[in-house]
Amino acid sequence: MSETADRVKKIVVEHLGVDADKVTEGASFIDDLGADSLDIVELVMAFEEEFGVEIPDDAAEKITTVKDAIDYIDQNKG
Amino acid sequence: MRRVVVTGLGLVTPLGGDVETTWQNLIEGKSGIAALTRFDVTDQKAKIAGEVKPKDHPWGFDPDKRVDFKVQRQVDPFIVYAIDAAGQALEDAGLVEMDDDLKQRTGVSIGSGIGGLPGIESESLVLSEKGPGRVSPHFVHGRLINLTSGQVSIKYGLMGPNHSVVTACSTGAHSIGDAARMIKDGDADVMLAGGAESTINPLGVAGFAQAKALNMSFNDRPEQASRPYDKNRDGFVMGEGAGVVVLEEYEHAKARGAKIYAEVVGYGLSGDAYHVTAPHPEGKGAELAMRMALRKAGMKPEDIDYVNAHGTSTMADTIELAAVKRVLGSDLGGASMSSTKSAIGHLLGGAGAVETIFCILAIRDQIVPPTLNLDDPDEGTEGVDLVPHKAKKRPVRAALNNSFGFGGTNASLIVKAV
Repeated sequence: MSETADRVKKIVVEHLGVDADKVTEGASFIDDLGADSLDIVELVMAFEEEFGVEIPDDAAEKITTVKDAIDYIDQNKG
Repeated sequence: MRRVVVTGLGLVTPLGGDVETTWQNLIEGKSGIAALTRFDVTDQKAKIAGEVKPKDHPWGFDPDKRVDFKVQRQVDPFIVYAIDAAGQALEDAGLVEMDDDLKQRTGVSIGSGIGGLPGIESESLVLSEKGPGRVSPHFVHGRLINLTSGQVSIKYGLMGPNHSVVTACSTGAHSIGDAARMIKDGDADVMLAGGAESTINPLGVAGFAQAKALNMSFNDRPEQASRPYDKNRDGFVMGEGAGVVVLEEYEHAKARGAKIYAEVVGYGLSGDAYHVTAPHPEGKGAELAMRMALRKAGMKPEDIDYVNAHGTSTMADTIELAAVKRVLGSDLGGASMSSTKSAIGHLLGGAGAVETIFCILAIRDQIVPPTLNLDDPDEGTEGVDLVPHKAKKRPVRAALNNSFGFGGTNASLIVKAV
């Protein structure tokens, strides 16, 4: 797993209180990890802080799985 | 007429994370007041508080027992305390498992005096330092007062009336009184009712200190700081926590063989119409509330055996005492009266509910909790049993709780043995 993936996974575990082994790359925040839409807003804010990226609302709406988040961050971090 | 009884209790206080720990410590004369640990108090005038203790403390509170991890992260502590106390009360009443029909006839009335001040303080710092894009999406609903009742209803699936009182330090008593009425009126058969507060944060402590409400002269002797009726009292000590009761229609409770602690028989309300923080100097509002509660209960003054006073350890203590004397008699008609704020501090919006639970336990165990630190009783206390220093075994058939709040809002509740 990449360094980005490790850090994303850690944030998801801290925010959603789920077991780390459930946070697979294919996991959907809402369907598999029990998040609601407000949790996703909070996760996106945490990713922005951690990686120093800006994730605009239209991009955030497309982030539904752990992999979506990792890919967006890898493509956009400075 | 539908009667309302208490069938479950839940407490989170500076003396314990549950009912029995709190009550045992209270009866043993222990104090929950200590040096304030939650933040740096170097620049604060008041440096002590009745904090709910962490889970590794012998009297500590473990939020993980009943409150989901995600909820804990999203809401202010007063809501965490409310959810836990409500859960305790439901478990005590044997009502954790309910069918859909009963869930629709079960409501929640848990209020708070101030609400999520710690979260408002910290998020305004985020706004100021990092901008609006960093404010938590959970900011609003994690601070709102009625999210006590909201969170409890969501957790337990309760679809009856969902209500939250906001009447400063009378909140807990009004919450129980209003909920009892909802049962009497047929709006519900069961109500979870009480109050919660947690404002031991820099802004909360500074605000009450600036209003000259807090004790500041016992910072080096925290256990002695809350001393209702004592000549050396000079302000209240901030406490925090929650108290929640299960109220139930009497026949409903009897039919399911529930344990019945007491009946809620009297509820009186009034306004001082006088000053934003000071009580009416003659205690007229307090007197009106007590008289209304007695009249509604159909009781005589001599039927009251215990008064849990508002008694905040301020100059207002003797005003309240004079009003109680006018209602019950110069010797209180033989009743004992104590202020348990001497041990746990002032729980503000939680106070009336926590103290009503102490009244109920006094009836259960036939013992009245003490007024700590009453070393040198003030003038006007002669001939009155204020239960100094030590709890006292005595018959307790009925008990009255007084709660008075900023804005001049007063509530009196009477509970009696069934």
